[in-house]
Amino acid sequence: MTDDQRRLLDITRRHFFGQAGFGIGAAALTSLFNPALFGESQGSTDEARAMAPKPPHFPAKCKNVIYLFMAGGPSQLDLFDYKPALTKFDGQPCPEDLIKGERFAFIKGIPKLLGSPHHFEKYGESGAELSVLLPHLSKIVDDVAIVRSLHTTQFNHAPAQIFMNTGHQIPGRPSMGAWVTYGIGSENADLPGFVVMLSGQNQPDGGRSCWGSGFLPSDYQGVEFRRAGDPVLFLSNPDGVTPETRRHSLDALRFLNSAHQTDVGDPEIASRIGAYEMAFKMQTSVPELADISKEPANIHEMYGTTPGKASFANNCLLARRLVERGVRFVQLYHRGWDTHGASNNEDIVNKLARLCRDTDRASAALVADLKQRGLLDSTMVIWGGEFGRTPMNEARGGSKFLGRDHHARAFSMWLAGGGIKPGVTIGRTDEVGYNIAEDPVAVHDLHATALHLMGLEHKRLTYRFQGRDFRLTDVEGEVIKKLLA
Amino acid sequence: MRQTPVVIEALAVMGLLFAGACPAAAQQPSFDTQILPIFQESCASCHSASRPQAQLRLDSAEGVLKGGKSGPAIVPGNSGASLLYQKIASADAKLRMPPAGAGLRAEQIALIAAWIDSVSRQTAGATRVDYAHNIEPILRASCYGCHSGTQPKSQLRLDIKSTAMRGGIGGAVIVPGSSEKSRLIQRVEGRGGEPRMPFNGTPLAPEQIATLKRWIDEGAEWPESAEARDQAPPKHWAYVKPVKPTPPTVKHAALVRNPIDNFLLARIEQEGLSYSSEASKEKLARRVFLDLTGLPPAPAELDAFLADARPDAYERLVDKLLASQHFGERWARPWLDLARYADSNGYEKDDRRDVWKYRDWVINALNSDMPFDEFTLDQIAGDMLPNATEQQNIATGFHRNTQFNEEGGVDRDESYFEVQVDRVATTGTVWLGSTLGCAQCHNHKFDPFTQRDFYSMMAFFNNVDKRPEENGETPIYIEPVLDMPTPAQKAHREKLDARMKELAEQTQTMTPELKAEQAAWEKSVLDAERRWRPIIPEKMTAAAGTTLTADAQGLIIAGGEMPRNEAYTIECKLPVRAAKGIRLEALPNPKLPRGGPGRDPYGNFNITQIKIEVSDGSGWKPVAVKKLAADTGARSLEQKRGHIWMVDASREDQRLPRQLVLVPEKPIATREARITLVQESEFSCQSVGYFRLSATDDKDPVTVVNVSHSLRALIGKSGRTEDQEKKVSDYFLTVASSLQSARDELKQAKEEKKKLDITSALVMRERPTFDRPYDFIRIRGGFSAKADKVYANVPAILPPLSEDIMPNRLGLARWLVSKDNPLTARVAVNRIWEQYFGHGIVETSEDFGTQGQRPSHPELLDWLAVEFMDRGWSMKAIDRLIVTSTAYRQSSTVTPESQAKDQYNRLLARGPRFRMEAEMVRDTVLAASGLLSSKIGGPSVFPPQPPGIWDMPYNDDVYVESQGEDRYRRGIYTFARRSAPYPTMINFDGPSREQCTVRRTHTNTPLQALNLLNDEASWEAARAMAGRLAKEGGADARSRIDYGYRVATGRHAKPGEMDYLAKYEAEQQEHFNAHPEEAKKVSGDAVTAAWTMVANVLLNLDETITKE
Repeated sequence: MTDDQRRLLDITRRHFFGQAGFGIGAAALTSLFNPALFGESQGSTDEARAMAPKPPHFPAKCKNVIYLFMAGGPSQLDLFDYKPALTKFDGQPCPEDLIKGERFAFIKGIPKLLGSPHHFEKYGESGAELSVLLPHLSKIVDDVAIVRSLHTTQFNHAPAQIFMNTGHQIPGRPSMGAWVTYGIGSENADLPGFVVMLSGQNQPDGGRSCWGSGFLPSDYQGVEFRRAGDPVLFLSNPDGVTPETRRHSLDALRFLNSAHQTDVGDPEIASRIGAYEMAFKMQTSVPELADISKEPANIHEMYGTTPGKASFANNCLLARRLVERGVRFVQLYHRGWDTHGASNNEDIVNKLARLCRDTDRASAALVADLKQRGLLDSTMVIWGGEFGRTPMNEARGGSKFLGRDHHARAFSMWLAGGGIKPGVTIGRTDEVGYNIAEDPVAVHDLHATALHLMGLEHKRLTYRFQGRDFRLTDVEGEVIKKLLA
Repeated sequence: MRQTPVVIEALAVMGLLFAGACPAAAQQPSFDTQILPIFQESCASCHSASRPQAQLRLDSAEGVLKGGKSGPAIVPGNSGASLLYQKIASADAKLRMPPAGAGLRAEQIALIAAWIDSVSRQTAGATRVDYAHNIEPILRASCYGCHSGTQPKSQLRLDIKSTAMRGGIGGAVIVPGSSEKSRLIQRVEGRGGEPRMPFNGTPLAPEQIATLKRWIDEGAEWPESAEARDQAPPKHWAYVKPVKPTPPTVKHAALVRNPIDNFLLARIEQEGLSYSSEASKEKLARRVFLDLTGLPPAPAELDAFLADARPDAYERLVDKLLASQHFGERWARPWLDLARYADSNGYEKDDRRDVWKYRDWVINALNSDMPFDEFTLDQIAGDMLPNATEQQNIATGFHRNTQFNEEGGVDRDESYFEVQVDRVATTGTVWLGSTLGCAQCHNHKFDPFTQRDFYSMMAFFNNVDKRPEENGETPIYIEPVLDMPTPAQKAHREKLDARMKELAEQTQTMTPELKAEQAAWEKSVLDAERRWRPIIPEKMTAAAGTTLTADAQGLIIAGGEMPRNEAYTIECKLPVRAAKGIRLEALPNPKLPRGGPGRDPYGNFNITQIKIEVSDGSGWKPVAVKKLAADTGARSLEQKRGHIWMVDASREDQRLPRQLVLVPEKPIATREARITLVQESEFSCQSVGYFRLSATDDKDPVTVVNVSHSLRALIGKSGRTEDQEKKVSDYFLTVASSLQSARDELKQAKEEKKKLDITSALVMRERPTFDRPYDFIRIRGGFSAKADKVYANVPAILPPLSEDIMPNRLGLARWLVSKDNPLTARVAVNRIWEQYFGHGIVETSEDFGTQGQRPSHPELLDWLAVEFMDRGWSMKAIDRLIVTSTAYRQSSTVTPESQAKDQYNRLLARGPRFRMEAEMVRDTVLAASGLLSSKIGGPSVFPPQPPGIWDMPYNDDVYVESQGEDRYRRGIYTFARRSAPYPTMINFDGPSREQCTVRRTHTNTPLQALNLLNDEASWEAARAMAGRLAKEGGADARSRIDYGYRVATGRHAKPGEMDYLAKYEAEQQEHFNAHPEEAKKVSGDAVTAAWTMVANVLLNLDETITKE
């Protein structure tokens, strides 16, 4: 061992054991090395650096996003967009000129209009109109902006979900969370900056591309917190390896890697050492975060959570805990909103009601909880799916169950917090909810608006790939001014 | 020849001019293709972006024009007066530029002089607006959206001279000589009461309008040849055929092993640097093992090399490795990324596909050093070659690797269009290094590719065989599949097919004997019905408030409250002495919703539990039920999926009487009974609405439900119609007991056939045709927005298809590898280079267009490209050249000096050092542990993966971990599921194979650390390695540690490392001795547990997973 190595060893040992036990920070570690070696390094970035907070394009109030992705296409006409005319003309053939030349996923022939089987009422001071299937949302409706005039270009699940997440219908582009963390990093150095959690039936139709990093470095892909087993893949040590044993092996690795760096001089080695230290910290921070059992009873009551049981409600509570810790972008998927009425189990009478029971309480609790903690101002909550549903009954194969086909021309979402104007309903559809009549909001507009609230100018958030500057909003996107507080 | 009136209004636009947007007339040298290369070759090492000498930059047009510390470098029109010329032409060697060496060649100096003089001529004539440069871009950006193509708005088409001059519905819009009279100007200015053009679009900028006005006032000159700018393309360096340059001379000629070194070293020496010293033998061996086979050297292989003292020992090693069967496995990896190879279809369902034969084809082709032209031909159009072999057909799997959306409700044509778009874009990326994909929706913004080019390329793929098919609800296009049974499988399948045919016939043919058997069976069904006695309720209660009313026949109807969940309890005296069956009939009733038997809004019902209890006066006792049967509906004895009987009556033809029979374990002898029907559905009220209970003492109580209700109505009836007769006999044949053995055998044969598991491959097949394939331009890239018909053709900017090439898919393949194609060879050698050095000579290896990086060593790239073709497109020849160069053999140690001068090692004054790719990480870890299987090829395998990764909608495919050898195969064989990729692959920057990927990124993340530390696959490797160290590593700890270093990193441990690890191992042993329960979990005793920890550390070393 050279003198330099010995010295290095002494310093690192002192740092590790002099500081609070095992919890040495990545910053302390990196300071051991010549900071000049940490200059911009193309194509290879150490995690702490890739996710380090970066200044936005302009100051912003919104710091974090929780995106509740309701995969499958929630029926806006049975939840948010009340259409008395549909009820009135229930069972009448759909006017032909409305659907001439239209393509549907499943509907064949001339379908019949379908009035909502659910009642609507007005709630809150804002008087927003909601279906009775959403009793919890109705209580916080004054904190929420409802958008009834979204439209998309895709009417099949996988492409539409990928489009909603990446701004392009073919898998392979960076997702919204990847763009945001690429743009402004994340506040917490011990946790991934972009976390994804799943509930409901299966993974979403669009698969892992929905939270992929596309051509951005893979640092920015969503890290899945899983419902069973390790919350993060490979987080637990193998059986028989205690945290102390692991710490010792990491000390050995650090020593050997540092010695090797002294020999070959490559700064990449320092970033690998940093990654191992961060991994160790995640082994403590993630289980601590994922353990909701110590939350008080009133919080469990509020969200409808049961510790240890995988559910959308648990994910909502975890989302709040993540945001509290400065994680930038949290996305929850709840798959199952596809309600064609092809069977008893996937109609707008029974299944839709069940989905609302599974999600309404926790979604509303999340907003209320963020508010009571003073986090709502800096956290945007987005609720919505990849498209809407038709005003007509699908009646697939002559099915008598009530259901609606996919509809890309008009659907609803809601947003709250993070600079979103509370207590408003934006946009209007025509009498039967087929087309948008007022204030259309395209998917790229939604993206542009969300980025804007995070202090990012969507046209400037670009990445050069294959000779082109790509962006989340492709070549479109307008900030929706009416949504801004 | 077209005239080139050029305007130079300010220096700012000269950049555009010089960047080659305008092809210079023959006597005017082109700055871009003729002058700039000279500057790059000879001047840019000092006069370039970073700290240019004398503040003069000669790496761009702007720099040349701006000049340096001594003032302007050129005087336009007067080469003699230009400082630049004086410097390069100086007779005084001390003053002459470039400073060292012989200076520029005479013809180069003459060319530069001619160019300086021509700048003047261009400037002098530069008073007019040029259509191609100034006007067409405006029209393109703002007008073509509506006013181009075959159906332009208002019949005004502005992309063709004749139509633009003729005008549209409203007459002429351009009046040459008078912008005032031209409606084009009125409309873009929004004058004259009509809406401003572009309609609903961004108005033109005032200076754009001014330019348009000037152009019209100057006569609206529109050269015939410039109808679309595409026909007057610039010649970007990459579109000029490479010419083999002479390797430059270098100062340290002794360092040159082959011409690669001439090019690299000449440049390095310009920087005042030199090559680094040669890497140690062991490091070099490991590097070349990894590069050529993807595997680290085994200690014995390493020793053999170290012991080989012959001067050409290294070259011998290289030849041995190039001949290794593992070469193909290593090099197939980057190719499979390009081919977007995966074992599943992608998108929602992401079903499996059988394509591994293609992967093996790639491995074999690379192993046999198939020339790259042949390699291309086979993959693009192997099926069209004369007497195409099975292997050549398999090779066409390249373009069958596209994703395929099977989601219900996709549009067949749209989905197929996306497949075709991918084929064009991928072909462009892989062979042409060009982003053709951009031209799907519009003419390429930066590169000279038009939408027409894009769809002309697509036309090559438009004669591929495909047939429409209904796949469940989804109409899709099916492309050909090659069925490849082994001879044994084929024979077996034929035998099974023959037997199945016999059996099918036997079980479907009525005979007189069967007729008699049927009559007896029908009677038994009828008899069974007669032996049921209705239960008359004595007391009825409903827990949640439903009203129950019974009539004299025991028929019960529910009414009143509609609670979500309910439980009916009926107390009665059983009507038979020893009840062998209890029956529940559910009957349609017009009083219930939709006239069904149930109470939910559709008329359905759901029973989640039925309890039978009896009482002999001492309290209720449950009766055990052994069997449950119903004539319809989903049912199960153990409340599966939350119900025991659920009936769908939503359709009219489903609203029929239904029966469910419960068979008690023992006949019920007690008459006093109570029966409870529970409904705990999660939906709204789903209780049964109209029903009856009954009991029987028949010994075979389920006979009654063996036939459906609709069939029951026909049983035993006389005068049945032919159809009805057939319906009954068809059903009978499925239950006839005399046919049971035949039915069993048939079922078994079907299963056996399935188990044959015959391999297939996805292939392309051309439809027979004499026509040139065609397709349609799609407006804005929308699949259904068809515009002009275009015939298969290659991009206009590139050399045309030669006369002897058929304009079809095979022709495209031949054209791609024709020696006139300026791109293919460059793009291919650049990718090979990238694998060795971490970055290509063109760093953007996926983009050789104007937006890509310029080559760091243009002459070297051209030399390699021509050499590649001259050597018969042998990829191994290029590999050999690279790995035997001095450049490659350098040590990769980073010095502060080299770090400061060349942080990214673009000059290659040191050897390459970077983290391995995902597959290589896996292979190295497994090889070090001794677990790695050396088996080559075969179906994809399933190494350990955490549960829950596979979770595809509408697809319950289960990940079953491979056992035995297949658990430890090389990474390239891991099953690639697009929507749920293998985590280790993704963590280490592997792509999901959804799209063609040229370059992988190299990140360092904590997820990688967790993966290598804790993943079961890594941990199994650590355990195995501990065993290996004990077995092969000698007796004492120090020699084992040394051996561990050798298998993991290829070198011996240094004393410091040895000391540290020996102490670590001792501490671990001490720890595990004190905690035997932990040791047991880790791997048994304290010693192996301690060594497992040591192995885990060694396998996680930076050096282990780095090629250095």
